[in-house]
Amino acid sequence: MYNEKVIDHFTNPRNVGEMPDADVVGESGSFKCGDTMKIYLKIEGDRIADIKFQTFGCGAAIASSSMLTEMAKGKTLEEARRITNKDVAAELGGLPPLKMHCSNLAADALQDAINRYLDGEKGAQS
Amino acid sequence: MSKRPIYMDHAATSPLREEVLEAMLPYLQDKYGNPSSLHSPGREAREAVNEAREKTARALGADPKEIFFTSGGTEANNIAIKGTARRQKKKGHLITSSIEHHAVLDVCKELAAEGFQVTFLPVDRYGMVSLETIKRALTPDTFLISIMTANNEVGTIEPVAEIGALARERGILFHTDAVQAVGQIPINVREMNIDLLSLSAHKFNGPKGVGALYARRGVSLEPLYRGGGQERKLRPGTENVAGIVGLGRALELAVEEMPEKSRRQQELRDRLIEGLLGMGDVVLNGHPSARLPGNVNVSFNYIEGEALLLGLDLEGIAASSGSACTSGSLEPSHVLRAMGLEEQLARGSLRLTLGRGNSDADVDYLLAVMGPLVERLRRMSALYPRQN
Repeated sequence: MYNEKVIDHFTNPRNVGEMPDADVVGESGSFKCGDTMKIYLKIEGDRIADIKFQTFGCGAAIASSSMLTEMAKGKTLEEARRITNKDVAAELGGLPPLKMHCSNLAADALQDAINRYLDGEKGAQS
Repeated sequence: MSKRPIYMDHAATSPLREEVLEAMLPYLQDKYGNPSSLHSPGREAREAVNEAREKTARALGADPKEIFFTSGGTEANNIAIKGTARRQKKKGHLITSSIEHHAVLDVCKELAAEGFQVTFLPVDRYGMVSLETIKRALTPDTFLISIMTANNEVGTIEPVAEIGALARERGILFHTDAVQAVGQIPINVREMNIDLLSLSAHKFNGPKGVGALYARRGVSLEPLYRGGGQERKLRPGTENVAGIVGLGRALELAVEEMPEKSRRQQELRDRLIEGLLGMGDVVLNGHPSARLPGNVNVSFNYIEGEALLLGLDLEGIAASSGSACTSGSLEPSHVLRAMGLEEQLARGSLRLTLGRGNSDADVDYLLAVMGPLVERLRRMSALYPRQN
């Protein structure tokens, strides 16, 4: 059902775990299937210096989360913001059609984290 | 510990037994006659079908004339439920449970859409239907009660004999979907007052694509299809001779070996349950004692079932889950939800169903693989409480 790349990210997820000293934490949840994801960012200047995730979800959700963190690490916030759910699924070499919604979680959580971070900065400036 | 293939999904399907295959082979090769033909190859096939009918009847305590071969459990359920409904003078009332297999549930829903009154009974937290709720649901128009003998997901064994007695006393037909129970636990249609019973061969080491409906003499059923005179017109179409022979042989063997097999499976089952519950934040789904000998169903908090299955599959273990993500639907198991299990736990369910081939070593291997896998997935989970 899943390709080798998906299985690899499920079996050996990159950047998994908590980040106690994160600058910001983003979250997303799928109303459709109940999956939940948290993403932790360490930001230096305008770049994502470190990233971690935790996911409650199926194999596709876990693999998408892992893949997203690889894609976002080292990118500027502006660049990372442009990563879409489709990009994540494509980078994984595709997901079964019924599982496409599981990949939505990942990019959504990252967007949430970035928005929170930028909102916080704005708040600090004013 | 090396990876080895372990099959613990016997409620989904079970492997064909060697003895069963041997019994079937002649009817796939040399003995190819059509049982409806008058000539000797035809008569040979007819005899084989009759013999299988006798074996099936004997296993259920029925008369051979009360056994009708079908393409499987789904067809048997459809004939039983639609077949009785279509013979009613008016669109009356039928009672079923909310934890039935879709092959019953969706047939009842179809009848409801046609104007029949249908009650989908609730169950308790163990997945048990109570006689009281049935009594309360009865109306003067009730013509059929359809309650499964044992549940396919959680293994709970329903009070079928009591329901049968109640139905008989009230003059209401009683159908039971016994697909998961036949060959696993003793069933006697006379003693249990069962009017209609569905079974499927591949659940007891028989071939796929063949099942049977037991219909007590005198129960009037409308066929689903029109055609020839096979199965006394209730299920027309040339008989699946090899499949029917396989069903008869597999059932004969299953009933013969039941006492020993069920004792062994219960031991393995209980060891699995104990080991899994010991991992913490794990709950048992289904009844603790009124349970199929080979059924284990537990829910792991903080873990999604499909991820668990995928992890097990990578270690060579075939299991099943009530998680939405495994079925391609978005809703977790209707059975676990009807039992009142909260959504997250329903999504973290794991079903292991044992069969003839499973050994103590399989249980050891599963438990050894399971510990680290659960730990790994929980650490990964966004819902797992902080450990420090």
